[in-house]
Amino acid sequence: MKKLLMATAAVALTAGTAFAGGHAKEVKLGILFGFTGPIESLAPSMGAGAELAMAEVTKSGMLLDTATVTPMRADTGCIDNGLSTANAEKMLADGVSGIIGGDCSGVTGAILQNVAIPNGMVMISPSATSPGLSTMEDNGLFFRTAPSDAREGQVMAEVLTDRGVKSIALTYTNNDYGKGLADAIKTSFEAVGGEVTISAAHEDGKGDYSAEVGALASAGGDILVVAGYLDQGGLGIIQSSLDSGAFDKFGLPGGMIGDSLPANVGADLNGSFGQIAGSGGQGAEAYFAMAEEAGFDGSSPYSPESYDAAALVMLAMQAANSKDPADYGAKIMDVANAPGEKIYPGELGKALELLKAGTDIDYVGASAVELIGPGESAGSYREIEVTDGANKTVQFR
Amino acid sequence: MDLLNALVALTNYVMIPAVAYGSQLALGALGVTMIYAVLRFSNFAHGDTMAFGTMVTILVTWWMQSMGINLGPLPTALLALPFGILGCMALLLFTDRVVYRFYREQKAKPVIFVMVSLGVMFMMNGLVRFIIGPGDQRFSDGERFIVSARDFKAMTGLREGLAFKTSQGITIITAVVVVAALFWFLNRTRTGKSMRAYSDNEDLALLSGINPERVVMYTWMIVAGLATIAGVLYGLDKSFKPFTYFQLLLPIFAAAIVGGLGNPIGAIAGGFVIAFSEVSITYAWKKILRYLMPENLEPDGLVQLLSTDYKFAVSFVILLIVLLFKPTGLFKGKSV
Repeated sequence: MKKLLMATAAVALTAGTAFAGGHAKEVKLGILFGFTGPIESLAPSMGAGAELAMAEVTKSGMLLDTATVTPMRADTGCIDNGLSTANAEKMLADGVSGIIGGDCSGVTGAILQNVAIPNGMVMISPSATSPGLSTMEDNGLFFRTAPSDAREGQVMAEVLTDRGVKSIALTYTNNDYGKGLADAIKTSFEAVGGEVTISAAHEDGKGDYSAEVGALASAGGDILVVAGYLDQGGLGIIQSSLDSGAFDKFGLPGGMIGDSLPANVGADLNGSFGQIAGSGGQGAEAYFAMAEEAGFDGSSPYSPESYDAAALVMLAMQAANSKDPADYGAKIMDVANAPGEKIYPGELGKALELLKAGTDIDYVGASAVELIGPGESAGSYREIEVTDGANKTVQFR
Repeated sequence: MDLLNALVALTNYVMIPAVAYGSQLALGALGVTMIYAVLRFSNFAHGDTMAFGTMVTILVTWWMQSMGINLGPLPTALLALPFGILGCMALLLFTDRVVYRFYREQKAKPVIFVMVSLGVMFMMNGLVRFIIGPGDQRFSDGERFIVSARDFKAMTGLREGLAFKTSQGITIITAVVVVAALFWFLNRTRTGKSMRAYSDNEDLALLSGINPERVVMYTWMIVAGLATIAGVLYGLDKSFKPFTYFQLLLPIFAAAIVGGLGNPIGAIAGGFVIAFSEVSITYAWKKILRYLMPENLEPDGLVQLLSTDYKFAVSFVILLIVLLFKPTGLFKGKSV
């Protein structure tokens, strides 16, 4: 028995080394999104976006001497700190070289503090937008291809003023994301002379929002701005407001933009408007076409940002000629910003080649990436109006 | 005109929601109180019993919708409701057979029954999530409104709208019908009388030849009916999600205890007391006061006693007050 055990162990050891050797040219990247929970309807297109970039790089065979990139998905639940840190730990144990994620702001902060910083792991979030993350001490390990909500607050104030809205009632989902965004909207809107009649929190996952809506209706206002989630309380608040006739127009920040909202609410949502991080132009068009070919909806919120997040990690690895987070982390800002040759989606192979030759690149990508300050996107937004039961892009800001 | 506007706003935001919610709570509390009266324990599994009955109804509704069967302007769920009740009866009789009967034969103390019902609650909880999943389910169809806010404004020219949802109308009518039927059953039929006799004095009832197992069986069947109806009405009016049904347990128990546990009239009164307190204490009265007060006295704040986050706390506080000052409830029930 003892011999058998020894033999098995020996075999396992050799197999292990062989395994490691064979995978020296493999780069594992974690994709850590909320595949369940409040934004579960967005996560599949985000994950597919990140995987698209990895597949493109693997196919080009240019990364770090023909390395293959393997994606590894895990769930954050969007609002479940315990689940997300456990899954992030598991990813590290499985040997990932970088994490694309988290998605929602609260869990992103938790993963950063509890897992990424202690282990020196680079994280790029495509969708965490809380202003709090800008000031969090991150040892240069945290980046995001989504802009901070402080910027979204300004854009929302512009949209509201341009549409002649004088006063708003404001409700937000009771977490980091909702509170941060609501504060940003309130400050920016009041700065341009608008009135915020009430700023009240709502809890997600309740059956009945008539009491919350009653309070909001009492405070009054031209429209109701709902800084929540489209699959959760945000939907309940809108439904209940329409039912009781409290409000008939809604301001919809990023978390509320998605195809499921007009589909669930129906014709009554027509005329409501909002904005979400995103951009038009050459990069976005190219990305949408690539996504369509790969069989998913590239225009789904934060899907372009996810592609860009994955692309940035791999380009930085090439620039540093290493898959060690300590080496390539510092290169992310370099490849994302000018000077250099502009890189659009579908040109990752070319970018890798340029980097190998020592040429500078300026990654534009699907969402017109421009990283500022503490490594976050400068932020261009799509202004959206619901027309005939669908989200239509009106203009870019 | 201002007075009318205030009245419409009050009806729209306080009266109609509270009456509909109160009816749902009353039906739930009736189930709890029946079990307490006849079987002598507080059934913690009641919220999940409601969820189970509703789940069966939803599944049948979906099937009917896919077959193209519907009730026109009324929700299809009403047609599926009898199947839900039958499913729920089957589950309750099965649990009674394999779980509660054992403890009845042991003549276990009520507190042991309560703990047992807690275990049953977790089982049902898991069962419902396993079959239909933990998420929100939508199953309402047909006309959404009897009167919609927009139509009402256009019709009357008032500034305030009044919305009356089909689900709210159905809730109120069904509650009245069900309660009337239940009281007729308890007071006029042989089985109903034997149930009341058994509830009043078990030994005397046994002596006069009442079969206890039959009484218990009828009780479970009635409770299954009440729970499923309450659950389906709540789901039609709001939304179905297993977790919200589990949370309903608190206001339902508060309603039953406030009214007096074991007293059916108390359960109904308790349901409305809880519903009206929850709604009116967390409502922001600014809108209504603005119509009623002279201009210089108009309130600046929201005039809201408690934030809506504390809705559940209201049931707790009422429960505490009643238990402190009138432990048997508003209507004389059995002491808790």
